[in-house]
Amino acid sequence: MSEGGPATIAAAFREAEQEGRPALMPYLMGGFPDFETSSAIARAYVEGGADLIELGVPFSDPLADGPVIHEAATRALALGIGLGDVLKICAEVSGDVPVILMAYTNMILSGAGPADFASRAREAGAAGVIVPDLPLGTDESIRSELEAAGLSVVPLVAPTTEPGRRQGICGVATGFVYVVSDVGTTGERSEVPAHLAELVEDVSARSEVPVAVGFGIGSPEQAAEVGRIADGVIIGSRLVRLVADAGGREAAATAARDFLVQTREALAGARVG
Amino acid sequence: MSARETAPEQVREEREGRFGPYGGRYVPETLIPALDELRDAWAEAREDPAFISRLELLRRDFIGRPTPLYLAERLSEQVGRKTYLKREDLAHTGAHKINNAIGQVLLALRMGKSRIIAETGAGQHGVATATACALLDTECVVYMGSEDIRRQRPNVERMKLMGAEIVAVEAGARTLKEAVSAAIRDWVANVADTHYVIGSAVGPAPFPDLVRDMQRVIGDESREQALAAEGALPGRVIACVGGGSNAIGIFAGFLDDEEVSLIGVEAAGEGLESGRHGAPLSGGTTSVLHGSLSAVIADGEGQIMEAHSVSAGLDYPGVGPEHAWLRDTGRATYVSVTDADALAAFRDLSRLEGIIPALETAHAFAWVTDEGRIGGSGYDVVSLSGRGDKDLAEVLGLESV
Ligand SMILES: Cc1ncc(COP(=O)(O)O)c(C=O)c1O
Repeated sequence: MSEGGPATIAAAFREAEQEGRPALMPYLMGGFPDFETSSAIARAYVEGGADLIELGVPFSDPLADGPVIHEAATRALALGIGLGDVLKICAEVSGDVPVILMAYTNMILSGAGPADFASRAREAGAAGVIVPDLPLGTDESIRSELEAAGLSVVPLVAPTTEPGRRQGICGVATGFVYVVSDVGTTGERSEVPAHLAELVEDVSARSEVPVAVGFGIGSPEQAAEVGRIADGVIIGSRLVRLVADAGGREAAATAARDFLVQTREALAGARVG
Repeated sequence: MSARETAPEQVREEREGRFGPYGGRYVPETLIPALDELRDAWAEAREDPAFISRLELLRRDFIGRPTPLYLAERLSEQVGRKTYLKREDLAHTGAHKINNAIGQVLLALRMGKSRIIAETGAGQHGVATATACALLDTECVVYMGSEDIRRQRPNVERMKLMGAEIVAVEAGARTLKEAVSAAIRDWVANVADTHYVIGSAVGPAPFPDLVRDMQRVIGDESREQALAAEGALPGRVIACVGGGSNAIGIFAGFLDDEEVSLIGVEAAGEGLESGRHGAPLSGGTTSVLHGSLSAVIADGEGQIMEAHSVSAGLDYPGVGPEHAWLRDTGRATYVSVTDADALAAFRDLSRLEGIIPALETAHAFAWVTDEGRIGGSGYDVVSLSGRGDKDLAEVLGLESV
């Protein structure tokens, strides 16, 4: 991949915006339920209309994740899936859509350190990284090393993040800003929280890059509701559960593709007017 | 996607809450405001005479402090040097954990929180927190791995009796690491009204500082009592290290006395070389666990490995970040003791002194009565962090095998 991560991501959001819809960003856990199936799911995401893909690196102790994604990580690790396997999946689809790795700090610090992680990720075509346990101010040297290699480092804003801090987070964001829809860990929610529109509006006003919303989006209808206010919609646990329940590689890929197609239909025109 | 209204705040690296490179706040963004709030609340409370006098009163009349510093004569004779025991086993609920629990629950109420959560391994911290919540009349939820529920049954019953809700954690090896993770996830979801009373000197900043501050009463009392008894400082201060709270508490009283050696005893489990141990400082690597960078038992890809120890309170793959720094700077030394040696010491101390120590504490005694016998001048102070009643069933079960 010759272009830098930020430019690739910007182009994907721009394209969706020009079509009058938010960008659709499905999540998958690398190596779950097994390597082959997760690679088939990544391709199904591309075919189903994903604008970007968020690709999870399994971690043993994922504090930001709820039971569905935690369990998927545990199963992938039990099969011996490591960063190298996840990067292979990344390389398979990164030519089609930008891939954002979701990696906990440990995945980045271990081995030869952040610069090495970043160069391996770039080699696999990754456009960016989300580090869910690296909030602003905790270790800025990690962010710089990842950015120096050409990766976007996508920060998170939570409902609890105060305005002054939101400003700081938007200031360092590259690629996009990830707004966490609700307090708590990843997982489906029955409703889109009432405060979300205000939060997204405020973050959008502070940010030069697009704003995507994730955590809790469990249906095409919820995606459309969120898509009316955000530049991008991230769907995680719902898809992981779909895959877990599918029983078999073909069925998992088909279910993932169908879900994305439906979601794309629900999102059509959401950003017009 | 409009342009920024104003220039971004300067991004500053947070140096507070670090011990050398260790510590920090590697947590989901959602928790950052709560951690800021906690740091500020403690800074304020510790300067508030009303808060401090309430805490001191509870320490004296409820916990039973100061705990004695006891010259263990028969033990001294056996090891060939004077050995004093800091009797945290005599603190209410039977371990040092109550020092931290009372302090943090008082602080949480001052902050206006109405719900308390905690994790527990050996059950001592859970019991201490349930006790503090009963005393101060507040809701209490304790996360505990189901394996620990099995091996620390008496403490589970005590917590229930005091009105705490116990949540069994089934993930992973069903021990302390998973209980901490479950408690943190609860906190992320309920951060507005809930305070997480972490049970050791671990976790994201400001917890390692806060827990040390709550536990340093052990060290401050010990120093005063030791000087009064001997007219000189001890040669060595020895404590077992799980997450490291009793150790950092007693070390804190002596950190500035450079002539005093500080020795932390970790759980070697089935032996460091077996890979089945709970000794991150002796046999681990640098990694992030539960919100801080510290010594952790992790593999080459950063995955946290399961710890192993016969004692539930030391069965944890991480340790407080301040200990990692004390190790690196050489101010403290960390050693380790196997399950088998700890079990032997558990029995020995019972017969020798009429004190049944907690299995965690037995690790410190095993070192004192074995390798620790040689070397060093002066006398020893050992942190007797807790009593062993909770361990009887487990130890007798192991012996009958
Ligand atoms: C009696 C006793 N000692 C020691 C420990 C280990 O914890 P820490 O290292 O935080 O003192 C525990 C933990 O449960 C305990 O119950």
